[in-house]
Amino acid sequence: MKNVILYLNQFFGGVGGEDKADQEPFIVEGAIGPGLAYNAALKDAKITHTVVCGDNFMGSNTDEAVRRIMEMLKDKPMDYFIAGPAFQAGRYTVACGNICKAVQEQLGVPVITSMNEETPGVNMFKKDMIIMKGGNSAARMRKDVGAVCKYVNKVLAGEPVLGADAEGYFPRGNRHELFLEDKRENTAAYRGVQMLIKKMNKQPYQTELVIPKKDLVPIAPAIKDLSKATIAMLNTGGIVPVDNPDRIQSASATRWGRYDISGMDRLEAGVFKTIHAGFDPAAANDDPNVIMPIDAMRAYEREGKIGRLHPFFYTTVGTGTTEAEARRMAKEIIPFLQEDHVDGVIMLST
Amino acid sequence: MCNLIPVAMTVGSNRMVPTISIPYPLGDPNTPKDAQWKLRYHRVGVALDALATDITEQTVFKVKI
Repeated sequence: MKNVILYLNQFFGGVGGEDKADQEPFIVEGAIGPGLAYNAALKDAKITHTVVCGDNFMGSNTDEAVRRIMEMLKDKPMDYFIAGPAFQAGRYTVACGNICKAVQEQLGVPVITSMNEETPGVNMFKKDMIIMKGGNSAARMRKDVGAVCKYVNKVLAGEPVLGADAEGYFPRGNRHELFLEDKRENTAAYRGVQMLIKKMNKQPYQTELVIPKKDLVPIAPAIKDLSKATIAMLNTGGIVPVDNPDRIQSASATRWGRYDISGMDRLEAGVFKTIHAGFDPAAANDDPNVIMPIDAMRAYEREGKIGRLHPFFYTTVGTGTTEAEARRMAKEIIPFLQEDHVDGVIMLST
Repeated sequence: MCNLIPVAMTVGSNRMVPTISIPYPLGDPNTPKDAQWKLRYHRVGVALDALATDITEQTVFKVKI
């Protein structure tokens, strides 16, 4: 029998409605509320504990709420963590996303939740976890719980799972390798030609390589007076001190570093180098400024074109690095830039 | 600043300045040091001007060297 722990908000946890939304997190043994429906639909698994937290408490004290819940969970046996379903309840969806992310990252336990597509939680977390496409009200409870359990049952039984559309979750942007039976109809050539024939006959067809929609970033306003601005330099070209003190990976990086350039007119060879594994490092090792142009920035600083250069540059490695990791690293770097009132950054990408 | 402008476009960058290659974005080691410096100084300057330029859509800024 596998152990599943469930997360609910104050409403579904039976504490109360909006007036109880400040409820601090607590954990109880066994299943309550939707947990009963989960227990009925889970095969060879049961809800051993339920965590309940008010949506406002989670929303306004996220770090504290997550910290307390991690403390409650860390010594409990857990094969899966389920949050919700959150339906179309905005704050609840964000709470489910936050707690699932923490459990997945800090405890290494698989997580799943369910939300309606019209909620902020979907956009914030769909790339990080399995979010089943849920209904817009609690009237869909049985159906949404059923969809979650169908997926969880498969995973716990070690059965192969299919892609986002087949399983009914929001695409995470991941591609999976799949081995098909060795026969003519399964070859890429055959599949491609079948698709072409359908296209020529104006019949519906589905590409096997869906390109996700562009993720546009809001445009930052122009810097009004460059001569008073603080500019910071960042790069994905792996420029680090020669001993690579942060042990940034040469590919598929999850780490980044910030390196002090106070008093340096340029990046000297032998002091800095690149650890990027995606290209010949010879040129950048000979002159790290070809990737991280500190020499040119110092010249503009001396000339007064910019106010000053932020005293650190920031590095990670871009090759094989996922957008989700990149996004996280950016979020970790930004507070350092804000602290020094940086007005603009130049990202040098190889 | 990058070599792969189409990738920068796809991930939603707004102000883009092209560089000359992946291993040496701002200075071809097969050219003299002062040519590398001129190119680097120019393109970094374009990037700084880009930060001070209002735009309404994704924009690739033009470089002269």
